[in-house]
Amino acid sequence: MRKPEFVYVTYIETTPEKLWEALTNSEFSKRYWFGTDVKSDWKVGSPFALVTNGTTTDIGEILEADPPRRLSYSFHHVTTEESRKERPSKVVFNIEQHGNFVKLTLTHEGFAEGSKLLDGISKGWPAILSSLKSMLESGTALAIPPSALGIEGLEEVHRS
Amino acid sequence: MNINNFKPAIVYSIYIASTPEKVWEALTTAEFSRKYFSGFAVEVDLKVGGAFVARAPDGSVHISGEVFECDPPRKLTITWNVNWPGLVEKLGPTLVTYEIELVGEAVKLTLIQSHDRPIDDDILSGGREGWPAILSSLKSLLETGKALVIKMQPPQRMLEALKKMGIGTP
Repeated sequence: MRKPEFVYVTYIETTPEKLWEALTNSEFSKRYWFGTDVKSDWKVGSPFALVTNGTTTDIGEILEADPPRRLSYSFHHVTTEESRKERPSKVVFNIEQHGNFVKLTLTHEGFAEGSKLLDGISKGWPAILSSLKSMLESGTALAIPPSALGIEGLEEVHRS
Repeated sequence: MNINNFKPAIVYSIYIASTPEKVWEALTTAEFSRKYFSGFAVEVDLKVGGAFVARAPDGSVHISGEVFECDPPRKLTITWNVNWPGLVEKLGPTLVTYEIELVGEAVKLTLIQSHDRPIDDDILSGGREGWPAILSSLKSLLETGKALVIKMQPPQRMLEALKKMGIGTP
């Protein structure tokens, strides 16, 4: 039995610095992350938040920040009462130079057995990180409607 | 062989700015696969029961299999057996399914690697490392016209596990 976690690897033709920038700057995240602002000063211990259309969907705290190699934050989805009851999980981005490319490994872990959020993020991350790769390589993020990802509770935030 | 006895061991989804037809073509023709799949040429007779092979750059058959489901440009299921002595006898056949779906203006490609018995994580590490590199490169090829030539180390963890089982690895 594997741990309740989600791991996603992708290779991107970019530099670790540009990838770090894309992960930590709202100007970029808005383009590939369905209009989402990533808010933090990216210092260990500082608060972290994801804000979409004025609604804070996720909050946490910066756990590790080693630019441009490793970033992690705690992650608590707060849009529904049910999600607020789940314990916070942990997001880790590992950025490695791999020949001429960058290998990005996302690990989202620390879920309780049967977590509803785990199902949602497993559908969301591949779309977000695919779109991030497109933006960095071709300059254009992907046009994927969030409602098409089949994630419960996501549509309301994006409709507002 | 009944494909209903197979359970997913690896699932990897990637979204591509392309059309289902182009993604299908990239998955099923040597012209594309050589660019994104380490020089390997994919040859597949696109009908149920048709043959599938992937040839190494030297022309030798490295992977062989058979088509089990073929619904262009939506779904392709094939057996994906690496031709190392004793591998299929010890691990059973490996089943690979590609699902292609239009999502907004992008294509969602989902790779599912399935087995008919529990497979050790050490052995699955090969696919867990390999598929993201292959499919990241395929995405780049379709979006920018240029595949990523990703230099991969040999999958040591998998190779050692296979060797221990008495499977003839290179």
